[in-house]
Amino acid sequence: MLHTISVLVDNKPGVLARVAGLFSGRGFNIECLAVNETLDPTVSQMTLVTRGDDQLIEQIIKQLNKLIDVIKVVDLESGDYVGREMALIKVNVDDTKRSEVLSIIDIFRGKVVDISPSYYTIEVTGDEDKVKAIIELFRPIGIKEIARTGKVALTREGKERKP
Amino acid sequence: MKLKGAEIFLECLLREQVKVIFGYPGGSVLDIYNHLYDAKIRHILVRHEQAAVHAADGYARATGDVGVCLVTSGPGATNTVTGIATAYMDSIPLIVFSGQVPTPLIGNDAFQEADIVGITRPCTKHNYLVRDVKELATVIKEAFYIARSGRPGPILVDLPKDVMRESAEFHYPEQLTMRSYRPTYKGNKRQIARAMEEIHKARRPVIYAGGGVISSNASKELTTFAKKINIPVTTTLMGLGGFPGSDPLCLGMLGMHGTYRANLAVTNCDLLIAIGARFDDRVTGDLNTFAPSAKIIHMDIDPTSISKNIKVDIPIVGDVREILKDCLAIISEEKIKKEPRAEWFTEIEHWKATHKLSYKQGANIKPQQVIEKIYELTRGDCIIATDVGQHQMWTAQFFSFDRPRTLLTSGGLGTMGYGFPAAIGAQVAYPERTVIDIAGDGSIQMNIQELATAVQYQLPVKIVILNNHCLGMVRQWQELFYDKRYSQSTFEAHPDFVKLAEAYGAVGLRASKPDEVEAVIKKGLSTPKTVIMEFVVEGEEGVYPMVPAGAPINKMILL
Repeated sequence: MLHTISVLVDNKPGVLARVAGLFSGRGFNIECLAVNETLDPTVSQMTLVTRGDDQLIEQIIKQLNKLIDVIKVVDLESGDYVGREMALIKVNVDDTKRSEVLSIIDIFRGKVVDISPSYYTIEVTGDEDKVKAIIELFRPIGIKEIARTGKVALTREGKERKP
Repeated sequence: MKLKGAEIFLECLLREQVKVIFGYPGGSVLDIYNHLYDAKIRHILVRHEQAAVHAADGYARATGDVGVCLVTSGPGATNTVTGIATAYMDSIPLIVFSGQVPTPLIGNDAFQEADIVGITRPCTKHNYLVRDVKELATVIKEAFYIARSGRPGPILVDLPKDVMRESAEFHYPEQLTMRSYRPTYKGNKRQIARAMEEIHKARRPVIYAGGGVISSNASKELTTFAKKINIPVTTTLMGLGGFPGSDPLCLGMLGMHGTYRANLAVTNCDLLIAIGARFDDRVTGDLNTFAPSAKIIHMDIDPTSISKNIKVDIPIVGDVREILKDCLAIISEEKIKKEPRAEWFTEIEHWKATHKLSYKQGANIKPQQVIEKIYELTRGDCIIATDVGQHQMWTAQFFSFDRPRTLLTSGGLGTMGYGFPAAIGAQVAYPERTVIDIAGDGSIQMNIQELATAVQYQLPVKIVILNNHCLGMVRQWQELFYDKRYSQSTFEAHPDFVKLAEAYGAVGLRASKPDEVEAVIKKGLSTPKTVIMEFVVEGEEGVYPMVPAGAPINKMILL
């Protein structure tokens, strides 16, 4: 099953290479990855989505913890969390399609961020399913290109977490 | 006090009580070598950087201290990779300091530039590129701390030439604060209590001890524990010497070339107590049939070792010495008496009697005979290094290791060419002890240039070459699993090893018949010089028992 794992690391050169190298060297999967500085500029947060059974996920978490630069690893699947990703989608629009596209954007609470005579660039934010769904709706209309972020996530406050 | 980078480097090594560096100079480390000229640290000049790392590794295994190497950038650094990977697989504490091109040239494909930090990232415990001389002292302090703490391992520190020439205020940190690295030493009390409950009531228990027993200096605790609670002990290749090989409770090594009794005891036990071992494939064979009806207790300092290959019932993370001490504190001899294990020991005795380790004498010298003779003549009071292959397995089988840190062997990576330089490292650490490298005719040639090093420093290392004129283990696999198609496993040209020894200024001896073996070993051991003893041995001898790769370990090919 898919697991979203949050990894706090020392903000040093080469840390991303260590994490990526660990995954490739041990044959673990990375479905997506987002890296950013946190409030503390000496710490970066990586949010990564990986796939595997319980034993494999346990091993991934232990291996991540073993890296010297890793400060903390949390398997977000062990509790409740909010996860979001963002997509920019460039959709073909001609006069016949414009209103359909706009109504889809409205339903998904997306935004048009760039307009040209034949394309809309649309920004949409949500969980993975929502982003997937809007892409599927635009596909028959005609998508020119897509750019997606990896998932970022935070735990929900006030919920008990398994250790 | 302002010091140059190179001076800070040497000052840090002195603070860490480094007594010897194994190294090889070159352009990027000339500043360090310039200051080393007057420093109170011994430097051993090897003949190839790979050997510098193996020598530091042998030094570390024999003493328990951190081994130190110094090499130049580019090829000097890349030549260390095999040595680093060897140390990484066997959790050996050592630090490789590599020169690097000046920081403004990094990334420019400069002369003798290699991204050694990138190259060694997957085979070091951690590595560093020092970009600022102000960080140097802290990085070195961290490197030593990380190398020797937790599950030990090799560290690489890359030192650009300009950083070695720049000056900074020298201050060696007293303490380190590392928020991201805090190894666990004490085992969880509740887990230890649960484990002891199982241990007390087990009827057919076995201890499976690995290299962790040696790296945490837990041999004494393990021996006391096993004897008090009356449990037989099998060790891995890395664990040999962690429990006395001649003790009646010792079952010998387990796994692919393990003893019949060890493999059957593990297969039939009801409780397996793994101590500082990692369930390597050469030990477990087929995972589904490994200790199938046993509960498993696993004590290890590295959480990733636990439940990696085999699901463990009672994991205990911590230093195995600390854990064993805590176990000893709550042993109940009363509870043990309630559960007689006589039946279990009778069964083990039976297995022991049916298939002892053995070999047949013949017209040619048998390699096992040489190893037994070395044990007999040294009474085991020596440090043995080996290379990799048949001779390594025969050494593990026929030499009874009674003390820890007396076997230096590349267990995890299986590095040919390891033994001789490792023996040099051990001999540097202990000039008065007998250090013997048992090698094959193939593997000795992978680092034979180090004869010059041994002779230069008057190191009386004894090299035993079991010469069967082939790559014996490769040949054995081809015989058993590849229809006797001996592809590229026979050497049709060899140097004359006796003359070769003499050419280097060492002593060369040779035995070609069984009745010459004893005299050659005696002569070799009593010669206070670097000696090669070549034994022309039976070419078709196999290592048995043998478990084919991936098969259940109770399905052995026996002699």
